[in-house]
Amino acid sequence: MSALEQHGTYQPTTGVGKWVDQRLPLPRLMYDSFVAYPVPRNLNYAYTFGGILSIMLIVQIVTGVFLAMHYAAETSVAFDSVEHIMRDVNSGWLMRYMHANGASFFFIAVYLHIFRGMYYGSYKAPRELLWILGCIIFLLMMATAFMGYVLPWGQMSFWGATVITGFFTAFPVVGEPIQQLLLGGFAVDNPTLNRFFSLHYLLPFMIMGVVILHVWALHVTGQTNPTGIEVKTKTDTVPFTPFATIKDAFALVVFMAVFAYFIFYIPNYLGHADNYIPANPQVTPAHIVPEWYFLPFYAILRAITFDIGPITSKLGGVLAMFAAIAVLFVMPWLDTSKVRSAVYRPMYKIAYWAFAANAVFLGWLGAKPAEGIYTLLTQISTAYYFGFFLIVLPLLGKIEKPKRTPNSITEAVLGHQAAQGSTGSPQLAGAAASPETKG
Amino acid sequence: MSDASQKQPDELPTRRDFIHVATGMLGVVGAAAVVWPFIDSMAPDAAVLAAGLPVEIDVSPIEEGQVITVNWRGKPYFIRKLTDAELSTAGEVVEGDLKDFESVEQRVAGDGAAAPAPGWVIVAANCTHLGCVPNIVDNAPEGWFCPCHGSVFDMTGRILRGPAATNLPLPPYVFANETTLVIGTDQA
Repeated sequence: MSALEQHGTYQPTTGVGKWVDQRLPLPRLMYDSFVAYPVPRNLNYAYTFGGILSIMLIVQIVTGVFLAMHYAAETSVAFDSVEHIMRDVNSGWLMRYMHANGASFFFIAVYLHIFRGMYYGSYKAPRELLWILGCIIFLLMMATAFMGYVLPWGQMSFWGATVITGFFTAFPVVGEPIQQLLLGGFAVDNPTLNRFFSLHYLLPFMIMGVVILHVWALHVTGQTNPTGIEVKTKTDTVPFTPFATIKDAFALVVFMAVFAYFIFYIPNYLGHADNYIPANPQVTPAHIVPEWYFLPFYAILRAITFDIGPITSKLGGVLAMFAAIAVLFVMPWLDTSKVRSAVYRPMYKIAYWAFAANAVFLGWLGAKPAEGIYTLLTQISTAYYFGFFLIVLPLLGKIEKPKRTPNSITEAVLGHQAAQGSTGSPQLAGAAASPETKG
Repeated sequence: MSDASQKQPDELPTRRDFIHVATGMLGVVGAAAVVWPFIDSMAPDAAVLAAGLPVEIDVSPIEEGQVITVNWRGKPYFIRKLTDAELSTAGEVVEGDLKDFESVEQRVAGDGAAAPAPGWVIVAANCTHLGCVPNIVDNAPEGWFCPCHGSVFDMTGRILRGPAATNLPLPPYVFANETTLVIGTDQA
């Protein structure tokens, strides 16, 4: 890939441009990274979520900064200050609904982004660090979203914080001191709210930093593509601008249209009515449920209802939940297959879609009461979640017979086009001459 | 350093190596010393600790069979006065029925000097499963039902069934006199 990177094509045209380029070549970096940067010519819409995610991060930071101008992190006034934002602040309702629904849409985009990476084998060598940086961003996002949900100081805020910080008490000896250090007290209270607000403001900027590393790592290895074959020749790529820019922009517009529908028509659809009741440490809501994006992990937490040797069911649940995220980090080393894309892996494709359906099913189970048949279903579903990573991935590399992969991206694209008899499109005319140069 | 050793002089640690290591170690100690106040600042502060001092509760208005909820350290606690019938029903629950067996004597305030009368149950009001506040039920031997995940506790806060693994914990408490209960210390 590096041989194909078109660094050095930037030509400052103005005097100011040349002056800056000799002192701090930031415009050159931007040009090489987002204009001339070569991307595989066969990227589909599944590859547009990276761009959408960076815009969503900016949406969250901008709305958050303005909300923070009107919010007060004090238990006696926090709930009222949110209502003040909704009723008194000009456009406050808009910024709050953008921020609250923005969190959900951030997670929708990140889950689709992760599932795309899993389908096309984006985690495999040489992109392991790229993948791990993504996992770190995902972890930071979860911490940020959790702490943000506590700030309105409603019933779900309070009890969600109680349940989640209660996880730490599952650890023997050190658990309780760690919980008290996190809470700044013996229960969720004003010190907790204050520090959560501070950290909720800090973490998005840490996410921004890791995103920069993530994009840097991406631009070192280059993007994967639906064939899973590395870029070999220049005909395999197109410049980022206009091709990827326009495709990303179109996907972003569609995504934002759905986002806008939620903001303007069903702004509370993804929330819980209980969070419009001020926090009350004496009364528990009838049904404590986390936000939808945590539900699969919440289901895994509750799946462990039995003691395993010295590990109590409570500790077992907490460990299983952390393990469900930790296993993502080692995914590049669990997959033994040399073929990257699921397109050429018939058995992996089945296991993958079963995993995706199972993940959604786990989310559904997470919203159900933990009793009766649901407990058993959750246990089966959790078993497949871990089985996919720990058994299916290592095993498939040994027993699966992959389909023949094309020799190059260009061959894959033009072979497909030729089959449809549409090679005459002007966009492909330049590349149509290249199949004989394949390999 | 060059004497009494068969190693070549260039393999031996030099004074400079020692200084490098010693400086590095001192740097680590210094960094830890700087980090510590930041971490320590997150621990419960003096105001929180002061608010966590023992609380005194006047229990004289509590009738037999009644439950009240009080706060200590920001968390709710149940105070329940059992009737004689409830006390004897609780005594009938045997070890095989419970996953975290404790005798009734261990669960209720002992009589004698420590408690003015038998049948006082003082337990934490957060379910040992995930911290919800259980509902009070009056269906001996069942005394509490957690609406979140269905744990059922008996009249003395012992887990009967459901996902919770342990009994409702007993806070430190003492009766200062006939009508005054102190939660937060067991020293009279």
